[in-house]
Amino acid sequence: MSTRTMPFRGSLTSRDQIAVYEFSWPVVLLVPLAAVLIQIFVPVRVRYFPIIDLPFMVTIFFAVARRNPVSGCVTGCIIGLLQDLFAGPNHPLGMYGIPLSVVGYFASSLGVKIDVENPGSRFLITYLFFVLHQGIYYGVAHGLLRQAQVWSWSHVAISALANGIIALFVYAFLDRFKQR
Amino acid sequence: METFFGRYRNLVVLTAILFAQIIGLAVQVRRPTHMGETRLIRVWAIAAVTPLEKAAIHAQKWVQGLWTNYAYLRGVRRENRELRAELDRMKIEQTRLGEDARMAQRVQALLAFKEQYVDETVAAQVIGTSGSEQSRVLYIDKGTKDGIKADMAVITPTGIVGKIVQVFPDASQVLPINDQFSGVGATLKESRLQGILKGSQNGATTLQYIMADEKVAPGDEVITSGGDRIFPKGLPVGKVVSVEPGKDLFLNIRVVPAARLDRVEEVLVITKITEKMPDAKDLAPIRASDILADRLPTIPNKPGTDTAGNPKPDANPGTAGGAARPPIAGTTKPAGATATIGRPGGNAGGASASTTSKPAATVPNRKPAPAGNETAPPAAKPASETLPAAATPSQQPPASPAQPPPQP
Repeated sequence: MSTRTMPFRGSLTSRDQIAVYEFSWPVVLLVPLAAVLIQIFVPVRVRYFPIIDLPFMVTIFFAVARRNPVSGCVTGCIIGLLQDLFAGPNHPLGMYGIPLSVVGYFASSLGVKIDVENPGSRFLITYLFFVLHQGIYYGVAHGLLRQAQVWSWSHVAISALANGIIALFVYAFLDRFKQR
Repeated sequence: METFFGRYRNLVVLTAILFAQIIGLAVQVRRPTHMGETRLIRVWAIAAVTPLEKAAIHAQKWVQGLWTNYAYLRGVRRENRELRAELDRMKIEQTRLGEDARMAQRVQALLAFKEQYVDETVAAQVIGTSGSEQSRVLYIDKGTKDGIKADMAVITPTGIVGKIVQVFPDASQVLPINDQFSGVGATLKESRLQGILKGSQNGATTLQYIMADEKVAPGDEVITSGGDRIFPKGLPVGKVVSVEPGKDLFLNIRVVPAARLDRVEEVLVITKITEKMPDAKDLAPIRASDILADRLPTIPNKPGTDTAGNPKPDANPGTAGGAARPPIAGTTKPAGATATIGRPGGNAGGASASTTSKPAATVPNRKPAPAGNETAPPAAKPASETLPAAATPSQQPPASPAQPPPQP
């Protein structure tokens, strides 16, 4: 049983809603690893699966549940670097690490301001952070590394929609591992 | 008093983490790794994950095989009958194509062209992907232990897949042809125009550097040109689906890959390619005049008459001495081959492509000559003059005096 409450000024949520969840170590280690592995395996069999970004969802889930920006940032960084490891030789380490660090930081910062437990806000958070994630990735690849990148609003919007919907089920599943 | 770090702890941590990663990026970009070298952390990560991937894929294949091989056998007999019928058709087709291939090999050998042969391949299973839209690399379950090296070609029976970019002990990374960092030397099969097939971020493949004034049509087949020194020449790449005018005087040719890159499961890695002359054992003792005579239609047997008007048993002037050689049904006369026999630098493709049928009606009448006393006209030179490598004088059989050369 490990629940803490954090008194934040300016919070739009009740004290009950900003309860901070914690997770057991096996969950903290295995869930991100499983997300990355599924992300690697499944596209061999399922054609359009790369649209879905499970490591991104797991980052948001942990960040929002813990409501600690440092923890969210570090979690995003580790998961992103893990993703980078499997992305090929033309994909330097850090291209996913940087966007997920930022996403983890701001998701946990947002978690203490608004109610992030209901499906509507979860969908919106996932949708908006996915767009942010893609934007940062584009900035890193195109701006820093001068790689040829194409930005397509329609593609990003559809991908964000798909991720927002799938994330509702993923979060509902991961809620079982919360310790409160 | 609250310190700066204590007050802005979260932001400081975020900034530090981002800074460290950007520095890391800069280091990697300033010192790019060679294809052969791989960062240790990548090796560890892939070595840790590969057994899991292999186990998962094999378990899935086992269950799938159990079901399809032992339980779900509906329609197998019908399929078997169809396959047997298909096999019979294929045998007939193979016989026909074999004849064509042998002829092509002889012509190619005459022109001293080298061919690339795929000597050895290693079958591999696709066990993973990069998992992202930005990178399309694949992982296969064969690595250095199986003889895989960087820059080896990866193919399927339907077409090329990509090349090996990184090799680990038990796995390898494949850069597919539709990845934005990929490039393959390609040729349009019909027009023989050469370009570079490049992938893109969204997975589309385009054939680049074909001039805008060239004629390319949707449906044209694209094959490997062999110019990249990775893929052997002539492997299927894909088909043209659209042609649009592009930038800088080049056409924008969209190509759909022949191999289903989005659902490829088993692949072949070409581990050995050799360049050698085509096998033309039966070519050595043949003279150029024999080849010509083979390809010319023969005049049907017509009983001759003696001075008394009685028919002679063997009086066909056109087949004197060569009567044992049957007429080749539908034989075409490769005009290019005969024209370029003495020029090894000629175009083999042109030789085979420019074959023209010579109808029997155009064959000039041959004068009946006394058997064993025919002389070759200047047009038919001895083989030693026209075939320096393939038919040396020592290999030539004695010239048959009964061989009737075509006369103008």
